[in-house]
Amino acid sequence: MVTFTSFPPPQTSASHGRVKHHPDVEDDVAMDLDYEELSGSGSRLTCPGDYITSSQAFMRGHGTYVENEEVIASVAGTVERVNKLVTVRAIRTRYNPEVGDLVVGRITEVQPKRWKVDANSRQDAVLMLSSVNLPGGIQRRKLESDELQMRTFFEEGDLLVAEVQAFFSDGAMSLHTRSLKYGKLRNGQIVTVPPILVRRLKSHFISLPCGVDLILGLNGYIWVSKHVKENDQEGEEGFDAEAVYSNQNDDIDYATRVAISRVTNIIRVLAAHFVPLTDTILLEAYEWVVDQELGTKEILLDETGELFVAALTGGRE
Amino acid sequence: MASRIEILNDGGFRSDGRKQYELRDISIDLSSQSSADGSASVSHGLTQVVVSVFGPREAKMRRETIHDRANINVEVNVAPFSAGERRRRGRGDKRILEFASTIKSTFEPVIQTTLYPRSQIDIYVQILQQDGGVLQACINATTLALASAGIPLLDFVCAVTGGVHSTSPLLDLTTLEENDIPHVTVAVMPRTGKVTLVTMETRLHVDRFEDIFRVACEAGKVIHKEMRAAVKERTGALVAAMGAAPRVAGAGAEAGERDVVMDERIDDY
Repeated sequence: MVTFTSFPPPQTSASHGRVKHHPDVEDDVAMDLDYEELSGSGSRLTCPGDYITSSQAFMRGHGTYVENEEVIASVAGTVERVNKLVTVRAIRTRYNPEVGDLVVGRITEVQPKRWKVDANSRQDAVLMLSSVNLPGGIQRRKLESDELQMRTFFEEGDLLVAEVQAFFSDGAMSLHTRSLKYGKLRNGQIVTVPPILVRRLKSHFISLPCGVDLILGLNGYIWVSKHVKENDQEGEEGFDAEAVYSNQNDDIDYATRVAISRVTNIIRVLAAHFVPLTDTILLEAYEWVVDQELGTKEILLDETGELFVAALTGGRE
Repeated sequence: MASRIEILNDGGFRSDGRKQYELRDISIDLSSQSSADGSASVSHGLTQVVVSVFGPREAKMRRETIHDRANINVEVNVAPFSAGERRRRGRGDKRILEFASTIKSTFEPVIQTTLYPRSQIDIYVQILQQDGGVLQACINATTLALASAGIPLLDFVCAVTGGVHSTSPLLDLTTLEENDIPHVTVAVMPRTGKVTLVTMETRLHVDRFEDIFRVACEAGKVIHKEMRAAVKERTGALVAAMGAAPRVAGAGAEAGERDVVMDERIDDY
C-alpha cells in the first residue's frame, strides 16, 4: 500500500515567537499579557467583538457599536478618545474622505454632466462638469457643446488630481479641479499605498531635488512625475487649456526616468514596511539609496528593503 | 472490515493520532497579498485556503448595488490539485455556487453592511488543499481577511466541524473521517455565543445532534483565541511599524502627537 507523508506546514512569520500553552494555563498567560498591554504606554489595540467600555459613560464613534449597554469594537485597530467619544481607527481600511482632502484618482466612466472617478474609496467619486476649469476663462457658463465634448477633457483611464468638495447623501464624494494646481496628470507614474500611511501635510505637492515631483494623495494614490517649473505649470495667461488637458507626455530624459522609478520603488518598499510617508523621509530615503549606489531594481529586494527601513527608522531612536 | 479504517480505536485515538476533541494544528498568515484590501491564509492541518477581500468598493455591475447597504459577493475557486483526485471544476459548478452562497449567508448578519450603501464587498476564496473541514477553513479565513481589510464586523465567526462515531463526538474531521461518519459544520460568534451557520450533508441521529453541537460551539471559542491572537499580533506589528518611523517636523508629526494624547486610557475613568 502506498503511504503518504505530508510536509510539515511552513512556519509562518505570524506564529513566530509566540509560545503555545496548555489550554488550562493559556488564560492565565493571556491575562498577564493583557495586563502588560494596559499598563504599557502604547495605544490600546482592539479586535472585532472586543469590549471597550460601558455605553452609559461614553458615546460610540466610528469602528464601534453598542450592544447591551456595552461599547464594542467592530474593527481591528487602535482606540482613540476625544472627551466622551470613543472611536476605533482601523489600521488598514479604505480611504475615508473629508472635505478639503487632496486626492489622486482615475476616471472610470463618463456620464451626463459628470465623470466617475476611482479614488480608492468605498464608492466612486463624482466630478461634475461644473466643477472643472474649462478653456476660455474660469467664470463661464457651461454650454451644451461642453457636455458633448466631455471626453476631450477627461477620458476613461485618465489620471487627475482634485480636491474633495462635498458629499452626497449616500456618502459618495464630489470632487473639484477648480484650481491651477489640480487637473489631469501626465509625465509620470502612479503608486498605491495604504491610505493610512499618507498623513495630512502642509503641502501634498512635493518637489524632490532629484528632479521629481510628488503628489501625495490622501487616498493612498501617489503620483510621481517629472519636475515641472512653476511658471510652466501656470501657462502664459494663467490658464492654458491645451496644456492642462493634453494627453501627450513631454520628453523625459533618461536620468529623470531613472529618478522617477527609483522614487517609486522607494515608496513601494516603505509602504511594504508600513512606514508613514512624509517629504523628509522620502528625501532621506532617496539620499540613502544614492549613497549605497543601489540600482533601481535592487531597492525592491527583501534584504535591501529591510536594511533600508532599519537605516531610516533606527537612526532616529 | 479489515480494509476499513478504524475511526476511533480502543485507546481513544483517531486515525491521525488525535484524541476525540483534539483540533488539528492551525496556522494563520495575515501578510497582505497583491492589491487586496485584506487577505488571510489559513490552514487546519492539511486543509489550506487563501481568502482575499476587496472593498467596500464601487460595484462592477450596476444592477447589483443595493441602495441602503453593501452587497457581498463571494467567489470560490477550487484548485484542481487540491484534492487527492485531480479534477477541474468550472465556475458554474452547482456545488461551488452553493458553497459560496453558504459563506455569503454566514457573513451577511455579521458584516455591518448598512455602513456602506451602494458599495460592494468582494470575497475571493481559493481552496489550495482539501483534507476535510474545507468549509470551516473558508469561514475562518474569510473572517480574518475581513478583519484585516478593516471591514466592520459584529464579531469573529469561528467555524468548526463536528462528527459522531457511534456515540462519541469527534471534532475537526479529516477527509478520511468525513467520508465515513455523519458530520456537521457549526459557525459561532464567540462573544455572544450566537450561531450563524449550521450545515450538514449527511444524516445524523437527532439524539446525537445536541452533543456535537455543544462541543463544536466550545471548540469555536478555542479557535477564536487563535484567530484573535493572530489579528492582534498583526495589528500590533503594523502600529509599531508606523510608530517606529522618525517623527519629523511638519504636520505629520503633529498629527502623530495628537493621537498619543487621545489614546489616554479609557479604563482610568
